[in-house]
Parts: sequence; C-alpha cells; structure tokens
Amino acid sequence: MVELNTQKMEEFKGRRIYFLVALGLAFLLIVIRLWQLEVIQGNEFRRLSENNRIRLREDPADRGMLLDRKGRVLAHNRPSFAAFLVPEDVKGNAEVLRTVAGILQMGPGEIESKLQPQKRRPPFQPVKIKSDIDWKELVLLESSRIYLPGVITDVRPTRAYNYGPLAAHLIGYIGEADENELRKGNGNPYRMGALLGKYGVEYQWEADLRGVDGGRQVEVDAHGREIKLLRSVEPLPGDNLTLTIDLDLQQSAEEAFQDKTGAFLAMDPQTGRILAMLSKPSFDPGLFTGNFSAEEWKALQENPFHPLQNKGVQGQYPPGSVFKIVTALAGLESGIITPNTQLTCTGLYPYGNRDFRCWKEGGHGTLDLHRAIVESCDIYFYQVGLKVGVDRIARYAGQLGLGRLTGIPYPHEKQGIVPSTSWKIKHLGVPWYSGETLSLAVGQGYISTTPLQLLQLISAVANGGKLYLPQVVQRVENIYGVTSKEYPPLEVGSAFVSPNNLDFIREALRGVVNDPHGTGGACALKETVVAGKTGTAQVVRMAQDFKKGDMDRMPLEFQDHAWFVAFAPFEKPQIAVVVLVEHGGFGSTAAAPVAKKVIEKYLSLERPSLSKMAVRPEDPNVADPRVPSRFASGEGR
Amino acid sequence: MMIDRRLIIHFNWKLVGIVLLIASIGILNLYSNTSNPEAVGTPYYLKQFFWLLIGLAGMIVIAFMEYRFYADFAYVVYGAVIFSLLLVLAFGVTTSGAQRWLKIGVLSLQPSEFAKIALILVLGKFFQRAPGREGYSLKDLLLPFLLFLLPTLLILKQPDLGTTIILFLILISILFFVKVRWTSWLLLVLTGVSTLPLLWSFLKGYQKKRIMTFFSPDMDPLGAGYHVIQSKIAAGSGGILGKGFLQGTQSKLGFLPEQRTDFIFSALAEEWGLIGSLFVVGLYFILIFLGLRIAFQAKDRFGAVVSFGVVAMLFWHLFINIGMVLGMMPVAGIPLPLLSYGGSFLVSTLIGMGLLLNVSMRRFLF
Repeated sequence: MVELNTQKMEEFKGRRIYFLVALGLAFLLIVIRLWQLEVIQGNEFRRLSENNRIRLREDPADRGMLLDRKGRVLAHNRPSFAAFLVPEDVKGNAEVLRTVAGILQMGPGEIESKLQPQKRRPPFQPVKIKSDIDWKELVLLESSRIYLPGVITDVRPTRAYNYGPLAAHLIGYIGEADENELRKGNGNPYRMGALLGKYGVEYQWEADLRGVDGGRQVEVDAHGREIKLLRSVEPLPGDNLTLTIDLDLQQSAEEAFQDKTGAFLAMDPQTGRILAMLSKPSFDPGLFTGNFSAEEWKALQENPFHPLQNKGVQGQYPPGSVFKIVTALAGLESGIITPNTQLTCTGLYPYGNRDFRCWKEGGHGTLDLHRAIVESCDIYFYQVGLKVGVDRIARYAGQLGLGRLTGIPYPHEKQGIVPSTSWKIKHLGVPWYSGETLSLAVGQGYISTTPLQLLQLISAVANGGKLYLPQVVQRVENIYGVTSKEYPPLEVGSAFVSPNNLDFIREALRGVVNDPHGTGGACALKETVVAGKTGTAQVVRMAQDFKKGDMDRMPLEFQDHAWFVAFAPFEKPQIAVVVLVEHGGFGSTAAAPVAKKVIEKYLSLERPSLSKMAVRPEDPNVADPRVPSRFASGEGR
Repeated sequence: MMIDRRLIIHFNWKLVGIVLLIASIGILNLYSNTSNPEAVGTPYYLKQFFWLLIGLAGMIVIAFMEYRFYADFAYVVYGAVIFSLLLVLAFGVTTSGAQRWLKIGVLSLQPSEFAKIALILVLGKFFQRAPGREGYSLKDLLLPFLLFLLPTLLILKQPDLGTTIILFLILISILFFVKVRWTSWLLLVLTGVSTLPLLWSFLKGYQKKRIMTFFSPDMDPLGAGYHVIQSKIAAGSGGILGKGFLQGTQSKLGFLPEQRTDFIFSALAEEWGLIGSLFVVGLYFILIFLGLRIAFQAKDRFGAVVSFGVVAMLFWHLFINIGMVLGMMPVAGIPLPLLSYGGSFLVSTLIGMGLLLNVSMRRFLF
C-alpha cells in the first residue's frame, strides 16, 4: 500500500534522507552538550549552585568630565569607597547591622530603610548603604570583615567639582535614579542606585556624559568575599564636555557679585556663547553626590532665596528701564519719534486719575531722545509709549527675543511675558487700559523677562540685530579626544531694524556709561568704552509711592530689583553682560559695578598684554578702544 | 459527518501517546518549579492543565475534520490571524515592554502563536499546486514571501523577535521541502545577505544586545550573559541523576530567569539530571521522527506540506530553546513546546498535533 502513495509524491522523497540526517545531527548536538554540562562539568556547576556563589558586581562608568572653554577641569571623578550590603548574606543578622551602623555612624533604622525599597532587586545584588566612606570607616569595615558576612566595600567613582559652588547652576548636579528614571534610558536602562544628571548641564547632556557601565561576575565564599573572577567587562567612560564658560571670568563674576541675591550672565555677542553664568545664592553640587540627607535637601528647597533656581534662565522679572531700548526702537522704527524729538519732564506726569512719577524728583526738564536714554527719564518714555502704542512696542519686543524661549539647552527655561491688547483679553479677559501703556514703556507692569532674554537683547544691539542661540557647551569629545559633537554659533532670529536707528541706540547706551549724568557711570572703564543700560524693576506697586529717601527703611522684600546690561568694547563688542541684583535698589549703584569688574577682567584675559601693546598704537585692535568716546563719535554734547 | 471506520484503524496512537506523555511531564515540572506556598491565586500548573484540556479538545476536533477543508479555509484563518494581530497593536496588553496579548474576559490570548499555524496552512495551500519540472522559480515564490512578511512585520512591531524567527524558519524549511530551483536559492541567499543590515536596524536595542551578547557573552555579564550562566549552572548542577523532584535550588531561589517559560528545560535538567533530560529529549526525537514520517507518507501535497510545516515549527522551537538554555544559541525568547508555561502556545502546538494526526489517518483515503 505504501508503494501506491509514493508515486505521486516523488518530489519530496529524494530529500527525505537529508532531513533525517539533519535531525539526527541536531539531536546529537543536544545530547553532547547535555553530557558536557551535566557529566563533565557537572561537579563544577553543582558546586557553584550549592551556595549560589555567583555574585554580580557593578562597575559604573566614569562620567565625562566638564571643562571650561580653555580646557580647565571643572568636574571630574575621584575614586572613593562605598559600603554595600547583600541582604541574603546578612540574613537579617541584627548584630551585623548594629556593628555596621556603628562603624558608619548611621542612626538606628537608617540601614533598614535603605534595604527596604529594593524589592525588585535580583537576589544577591548588593545594596549601597553609604557612599564616599572615609578612610577610618573603610579600615574598620575591612578589618572586621570575617565578622561581617554580606558587607562589601567597593570602589566607586564619585563626582568631584573642583571649584565647589562655582557655576553650580550651569553645571547642575547628579543623583540616584528614581522610579521613573529607572524605566527610561533608551534600551540601556539604569540599574538600581545608578547616578545620573538631575539638573543643569549634567542633566541636559546625560546621554553623552553617562558612558557605558561595566561589571563583573565573581564567585564568593561563605562570607561574601570574592575568591574568583568569572567574567568582567571594563566600563567605557562617558564623553567630556567643553563648556563655553571661562573659569577666570566666572571666578571674577562670583567675586564681584559677593553675597548679593540675583543673577549674572555674560555672552559673546558675536556667537551667543555663554561666558559666565551665575545665580545667587548658590549651592555646592558636590553635596548631592555624597550622603545627602533628607534634611539638607529640605533646607535647600525651602530656602526663601531659592538657591536651586537658576535665576538667569528661570527667574522672571520686569525689565525696568532696560526696556526703554525697546520702546525707543519701536518709536524710531515706526517713525513716530526721531532722535530730535524734544519732550519735557517735570518729575510728575498726571495721566487718568493717577500721577506717574519720574525717578528724578523735580524732573529732567526738556530733553531729546539721547539724553532721555542716558539719564533714563521715565516721563519722556511715558509720552513716547503713549504715542507708539502697546502693540507696536510688543512687536519690537518680540523681534528682540522677549516673550519667548531663547532655546538655551537648559532644563525648564522660562519665557516671560510681553503684554499686548490681545494678550490681556486672552489671559485676563479685560481690555487694555492706556494707563498701562505708560508702565510698559518703562518696563513695568505685566511685562516680565528673564535675565537671559535681556542678555540676548543687548547682544543683538551690540552685534547689529542678530539673535544667537545662547549656548553653554562648545564641544563633546570622547576619551580619545575625538570630537563627536560640535555646536557652532546658531543665528535664531534677527530684529528688522534699520542700522541707523540701531547705531543711535548704541550711541545712547555709550552715553549712559560715559556721559556726565549718565546712569551707568559706575561701569565706565579707562581702557575701553563700555555701553550699557541701567534698570530698576519694581517688586510691588507700592514701591512707587515710597519717596526716594525712604528706600533704606523699606523692608527688603519690597525693595526693587536692580538691572544692568552692557557690552564692550563699544566699537567691536566682544562681551555682553546682564546683572540682576534682587532687591538691590537702583541698577546704577547695585548692578553696574559688578558688570564693570567682569568686563575689565574679560578684556584683560582676551588681551593679556594690553598695556604693552598700548605703546604700539598702530595696532588697530588696541588703538580703537583707547580713543575717548567723545572724540570717536564726533557727537559734541 | 460520518466517521469512517478506517479513520479509527489508522489513528496514530503512538503520536498521541508521546504528546500526552510530554505534556504530563510539563505539568509536573511546572508544579515543581512554581510551587510557592506563599503564592496567591490559581497556581501556574493548574492554569496550564486547564489550557492543556482546551488544547487536547482542539487537537481532536482538528484531527477529525476532513483536512482538505482546511485548504479551502486557509486564507480565512490567515485573515483572522492578521486581524487579531492588528487588534493587538491597537488594544493589546503590554507586559514588560512588549505588546503581545489580547485580553478577552479572563483569558489572555497571544495571536502571534496562532500566526505560525496560519502561515503553515496558507503555505500548504499555495504549494498544493505542483511546480514545473525545474521546481519553483523566484517569481513563484513572491506570494509565499509576502504571506510570510505581513504577519512577521506585525509581530516584529510588538516586538516579539522569537516568533518572527520561528516564522522565518518555517518558511525556509518548507522551501527546502518543496522543490525550488537552485538558481532561485542562490538569489534568495544573496538578497537575504544584502537585506541583513536593514533587518538589523529594525531590531530593538535589547534584541541587538542579546544577539551581540550571544556572539560575545562577555559583553553583558550582568544581563543576558548572567541569564545564560545561571541557566547553565542549573542544568549542569543536575549531574547524572538530578537533584530530585521539588529539589531544584537554582529555580526556587530565583537565580534562573523566566524559569516557567523560556528556561523551563534547565529547571527540568536541574531536578532530573542527564537521565531525565535525555528521556525528554528522546521523546521529542520520536515525536519529530513520527511527524516527519507522516509528512512523507501524506496522500497529497497539501497534507505533506502542512505536516512538514508543523514538524519544522516543532523542531525549531525545540532546537533553539534547548540550544539557548544550554548556552549554545542566543537568548531569543523562544519557548519549549508542551513544557513551557503559556496557554496560547500550548493550544497552538496541540492544534499542530491535530493537523499531524489528521494527515496521518487519512494517508490511505481519498
């Protein structure tokens, strides 16, 4: 009967033998493998399984270093020891836990609380109970090793910040991965207890800085001591970042700012690179890598001066008189005013049912636009604001980058507010009152900006109207020095204003610092010409009603914020700065001196032999800034 | 439908016996490896037993219906499976990063398991028509390839690398079984090699890592490499006689990863040793040998191709899974037929057995 079937199915029959041979070989392979594992290596594997002696030891990668723009190390890793417990080896031995707690100076129950949340941990994985233990603790632990089964010490790279709180907000900090972060990681998940960037550059460039963790499979004895290395993989260190900040400049900014509260930012106006970034009060990022206690964390978070906020990027304040740059440009560009428009200030400007004051009691008299900017006359700008109108001012503010994110690669940037008639209807549901235009014209009222936005604005004024993306990292390099990412300057927008009008504004800003009666005289430098603008941001409306002499008696939280923006050298701007001193009072007295010191420092850094070169005035780079502004501009006043 | 007396005479009792024996060992083994006095809810071995009963019922029904009927409905089955795979992508339940299950009431179904049966049926239907004297040309093979590609892409999207590998191996095995021109083979191999980089780019990070870890296990001693070494320790520590029923330590203490599903064989080897493992491997060998004989004795092309497809499915699952847990193959997430925990997989395996029984007892009819 079988013969009958085969005739039709001959096609398959020929290959039958191949399938049988393949099947036989496959099973032979399995049998050989079983023999090898269970008979030849059987005893070895049984020994390994008996005490479950295979342990995993993590070997975290060194995080990439952070360097300043000249290659000086700001953050690196130092080897340190950490103490771990293997709960299965400790077996709840209270004696061991007590001894360890004593050696490590940890409170009762502190170790248990560290062991508690590790429920999903694979068996026999060590749990870190204290990082960065000191020499004495290490010696005590190691010497009582045999009485402490399940206690392990291991080397762990610890993040070290060479200059402590210097540029803490830019650098950021790292911390242990939380539940959410454990699930992320793009196919390369974080292990329990892994450290990762939580803030600042450490957070934003986490993927580059992280590296690839290594690890070891080790065999241990009954006390949990390693007796044999079975397998290991070397970790691959993360990439190094070259930041745009300059260590010397940052240091001089920190010195100049002293212990005031506020922010300082410096930028190269020709590239958008941030040269210094400072927010005060600051914190020590090194705190977060060690054994940071819940109380310390709470204290930082509840500090009324918000040390964890980067005020330069995340703080929003009314720009005050700095905004007169925008009001003036809006007026000039729309043709409503000219440089020669003369208006009168009597110190008091009644509008509606309210008296609007100028900061100068008794008023400035009749003045033109140049003097109005130089002396920061409020009443001149109230009148300009009324002529130009809120929406036109808002449009030019938008062109100069206000009211939107600058795009700085930094977490949680704030965008501020540029009010307009449509904005007010949409957000407050009531129409715009023309009285509010007066406040807007001098940068008060609804408008708010971040210091970074004003820095971008003053840089645009300095460089001819170009808005650059503020950048904090120049380059990413792997450990072999091969550049993997580079961040060239990126123009993200430009103000469509005529060069003549921009020149006029620049000239006026030079006057602010260098003319007699200029509000920014405190920033004048001998070696070079600085241009800038002061500002005073009202904290509460009430401040307007305090007389000038009463300022000192006002409670601190009601005192105004002081602004100063500047760029230098006037002819060929290389640095733009913004200073914000919270509750600092007037920009001229509180903020301008900080800018002066940092600008002076920067120019000395850029031209270390300035004084030597001065004897060779034919060098155009040196000769220009040394010509007094009055002669260079030709504007006799 | 009247059941022909000859069907009962030719019923393949040997095959059924082997299947029942392996499945019983599977339940017993599962009982041993998941016995945890603290566990709440229905124990795994009971759930598996419930699925076994469903599967056996399915096997009998599948076995007694005239199998040419399946040829007529092959595309309907295929369409239903594709539809359910689309449902999985839209409404499926996600567990540990993969969206594979459809929840219907209390049951969780894994349609990708049934895609294997559907593919075997449509390929059987297609190759029912004999090729020319030279064998199938590349142009002829375009449709089978598309039939393979559609479910494969849907399953890869879940992602389920293991099942897509099985689908691919089923296709290739059937192409070996039917007659394909040698020039077509050459071109197939060339295109295969050239599209390899493309396929690579489709893989998820962890899948790439698993493959790379296989070729160089030292790459990930804490992840996949750890799984493999623990699995080898489990199997190897069984020795010749094994540690005994309920005595396996590797699986009990949680060292053996996924000891219910992919790594069930090492748990078996740990408790039953070389003797037990060889016994089970021997049973599988007989099962596949019987299946192969059914394929070669089949009355018509559809029956032959379908039974060969089922045998291929069985063989590759077996070979890759055991190879994986013994550290000879990459950790690809392919379970062991009749032993691994998983309802859909058990039922689809038994449906395959039903097809084999069907073809077997009708080898003298028509």
